[in-house]
Amino acid sequence: MAVGEQTMAMPAERFGWTAVLHEWVTTVDHKKLGVMYISSGLLFFVIAGLEATAMRIQLAVPNNTFLSPQVFNRLFTMHGTSMVFLVGMPIIIGLGNYLIPLMIGARDLAFPRLNAFGFWLFFFGSWLLYFSVLGGDGLYGAGTMPDVGWFAYAPLTGKAFSRGNSTDYWIVALLISGVGSLTTAANLITTVFTMRCPGMTFGRLPLFVWLMLVVFFQMLLALPPLSAAQVMLLFDRFLGAHFFDTQAGGDAVLWQHFFWIFGHPEVYILILPGFACASEIIPVFSRKPIFGYAVMVAATIAIGFISMGVWAHHMFTVGMTAGANTFFVLSTMLIAVPTGIKIFNWLGTMWGGKIRFATPMLFCTAFLFQFLCAGLTGVMLACAPFDWQLSDSYFVVAHFHFVLIGGLLFTIFAAFYYWFPKVTGRRLSERLGKWHFWLFVIGFNLTFLPQHVSGILGMPRRIYTYDAGRGLELWNGLSTSGVPFQIVAVLLLVINIAWALRYGELAGDDPWDAWTLEWTTTSPPPDYNFEDIPTVRSRRPLWDLKHPDDPDWKYE
Amino acid sequence: MLGICAAIFVLVGGILVISIVRFRERPDDDGVEPPQVYGSNPIELAWTVIPLLIVFVLFLVTTRTLIAIENATPPGDALEVRVIGHQWWWEFRYPASGVVTANELHVPVGRATFLTLESADVVHSFWIPQLNGKTDVIPNRVNRMWIEPREAGLYSGQCAEYCGTQHARMLLRVIADPPAEFDAWTKAQLAAAVSEASVQAGRDVFQSTACINCHRIDGTVADGVFGPDLTHLMSRDTIAAGAAPNNAKALHDWIDNPDAVKPGALMPAMQLGPTELDQVVAYLTTLK
Repeated sequence: MAVGEQTMAMPAERFGWTAVLHEWVTTVDHKKLGVMYISSGLLFFVIAGLEATAMRIQLAVPNNTFLSPQVFNRLFTMHGTSMVFLVGMPIIIGLGNYLIPLMIGARDLAFPRLNAFGFWLFFFGSWLLYFSVLGGDGLYGAGTMPDVGWFAYAPLTGKAFSRGNSTDYWIVALLISGVGSLTTAANLITTVFTMRCPGMTFGRLPLFVWLMLVVFFQMLLALPPLSAAQVMLLFDRFLGAHFFDTQAGGDAVLWQHFFWIFGHPEVYILILPGFACASEIIPVFSRKPIFGYAVMVAATIAIGFISMGVWAHHMFTVGMTAGANTFFVLSTMLIAVPTGIKIFNWLGTMWGGKIRFATPMLFCTAFLFQFLCAGLTGVMLACAPFDWQLSDSYFVVAHFHFVLIGGLLFTIFAAFYYWFPKVTGRRLSERLGKWHFWLFVIGFNLTFLPQHVSGILGMPRRIYTYDAGRGLELWNGLSTSGVPFQIVAVLLLVINIAWALRYGELAGDDPWDAWTLEWTTTSPPPDYNFEDIPTVRSRRPLWDLKHPDDPDWKYE
Repeated sequence: MLGICAAIFVLVGGILVISIVRFRERPDDDGVEPPQVYGSNPIELAWTVIPLLIVFVLFLVTTRTLIAIENATPPGDALEVRVIGHQWWWEFRYPASGVVTANELHVPVGRATFLTLESADVVHSFWIPQLNGKTDVIPNRVNRMWIEPREAGLYSGQCAEYCGTQHARMLLRVIADPPAEFDAWTKAQLAAAVSEASVQAGRDVFQSTACINCHRIDGTVADGVFGPDLTHLMSRDTIAAGAAPNNAKALHDWIDNPDAVKPGALMPAMQLGPTELDQVVAYLTTLK
C-alpha cells in the first residue's frame, strides 16, 4: 500500500487538545520525555519552595506559633525529600535525556520505551509521596505526610516511633522512583557507549556528556543500597524483622551506613550535572575552549570514585573509632582536590577570553563564587573535630544549600536560559532574566549566609522554634528576609517562560554562536534530530565548520 | 584551618573578580575570537600538587586533634556520669555517688567529666556548644565523651539529632560548680525527699495516682523510671527539659495538660480535679 494511506490497522485521527495529550502521554521521544522530566521537576520545585517559605516564616522570630511542631517536622521532611528526589533527580535526568543524544549525534536513546517507562515510574512515585497528604494514616486517622526527616534515621522510622503509614509513603514512593532512575541510568550509559556518531571518540565527547556519564555510573552504584535499606525497613515495619529495631537488638547505625553510602554519592550525582552545564556554558560565553579538557575528565572520574568512599563524614558524631574517623577525614579532604581543580579550570577558561555576560553567564559566574564558598565550608566540615561542633547545626544547612542552590540551582538556571531556545525555538527575555538573576542572588545570599552564623552560635537543625536571648534572632530574621526576593525571582522566571513561549524572539539554530552538535540542527530539533548523522573530527565540530582556516583538529 | 580556607577564598575569588573585570567583552570589540588556549601542563600540574600539599598538612593537623580528643583516657579524678536520652528529656545518673537527676547536669570545675551516652528510645545527640563537640546518643549502643569546663557558670545546649516532635525543646543545662559547691549539691541530691506535713494531702494524691508509675520520689512508693526523677525537683531551674520555667504556675499548667505546654509530649494529662491539682503542685514545690 502507498505510504500515508490510512488502513484499518491505524488508529483514528484525533484532533485538538486530546491529540496533543495523547502524543505526550504515549511518547518515547527523548526530547519530549526530557521536557516532561524537567517540567515535573520545576513543579515540585515550586511546591518544595513553598514548604521552605512556611518554615522560614515560622523561624523568623523566637517562639513563633505560625506552625505546630508536627506540621513543621512534616514540612522539613517533605522539603528535603522533594528537593532531592523530585526536583534534583528529574531535572538532571531530563537534561541528560534531552541533550545527550543531540550532543553525540544520535537520533534517540538506546532504549526509547525503557526511557518512557522510567519517566512514568518516577512520575507516579512522586505523586505517591504527596498522596500521603490525603492517604497517610496519621495517629488520629487524619492524613499526614512523613515527618522523619529526608534521611529517615532509624529507629525513629520503626513501627514503635512512627505509627500510622506516613513513613511507608516515604519508603514506597522513593523505591518506585528509584527504579525509574536506575533504568534511565542504564539506558543513557548504553546510549553513550554505543550510539556516538562517526568520529566521536571518547576523547571528543562534549564535557557535558562525560560528566553525565560518570553521574549515571554513580547512580547504578549508589541507588541500590538505598533501595535495599528501604526494603529492610519495610520488613521491620511489616514482617517482624529487626534490622534497625534497637529494642530487639537491631542496629540504628546500620541504617546510617546504608543511607549515606547512597546519600553521599547522591549529592555528587546532584552537583556533577551542574558542573556539566557550566562546562558547556562558560567556554561559549568566554569565547574559548574549556581549559584542560583531559584534566577535567580525569578529575570527574576521580570524583566519581572517591565519592563512593566518603560517606561516613555524615557520621562523625556517631562514635566510630578514631581510625575510622581518620579514614573518612582523609577521603573527604582528598575529594576537595579534583573539585577545586575544576574551579581552577573554569577560571582558566575565562582568563584571556572575551566574556559575554548574558543571563546564562551571569548565573555561572555567581555559581563560581558560591560554589567556592560551599567547597570551603565543606573542607572545614571535613575536619572531624570541627564537624563535631557544627554537624547537625545550621552551619551544615548553610553549607549544603550553598552547594545545592548556589551551585546546582544556579547552573540549572543558566542551563535553562542557554538551552530554552534550542528546545522551544524562542529566546527567553534577557531583561526578565537579569531581574531574575539579581533578585535571586540577593535573596539566596540573604537567606543562607547568616545561617553559617546561627549554626556557629549553636542552633541545631530541624527545630521548629528557638528561645529568645540566644543571639539567634538577628540571623534568623535576616534569613527569612531573603525569601521574598527568591519568590519574586522565580515568579519572574515563570512569567518569562510563559511570555517567551508566545512572544519570544525566534532563536534560529545557533543563537549563542556555540560549538557542539545540538546547535547544528533546528530549534526545536525535528523528531529525528538530524537530517544526516554528522561526522566529527574534534571536540568542537561547529567551531571547525565556522573556522575552516583554524579548526580544532589541527591542535587537539 | 580557617586561615587556609580564608586565604584560598581571597585568592580564587580575587582571580574570578579580575577575570570578570579584565576579560569582559568591550562594546567596541572587533568580533575576533580570543586566542583559543586549550590548557597548560605546567599550570595544571601546579594547581594539582599545591592543593594536595595543603590537604596533606590539613589532614595531619586534623588527625592530631581528633586522636587527642577521641582517645583521651580518663584521669584518676575524673567524674563519671551516665547520660540517658529520652524523647524529649535527659536523664543523668552519677554511678559513684548514686545521684539521679534530669535535664540539669552539675559538674565540678577544673576536673574532667567523662560521660557515657545511652538512649532509651531513638537517636539523640548531646551538644553543649561551649563545652564539647556533639556526640550522638544511640539506642543499643554506648558512646563516650568528656567535658572539662574551666570556668564556673551555666552552659546551655540542646539535643542535636532530630528525634521526633519535640526535638526542639530537649534543652540541656550544664552547671559547672566550684568543688565545694559541687560537693554540697551532691549531698543535697542524695538526701531523701523533703516530707512536710502541710502538704500531706498532695503527697497522698500523688502516691495514689498513676504518677508513681513514671516518676520516682526517693523515700516514697513512687518508683517509676519512664519520667524524670522528682526527688529534688525544685533544685532545677526549668521543667519539661527547658520548655517552661520551674514555678508553681508553670507546674500547674504542665500537670493539667502537658500537650498545651509542649505539644506532643509523652506525659498524659493526669485528669486531676482543680483541688487535687493544687494540692499536688503544693506538694511538688516542697521537693527541694
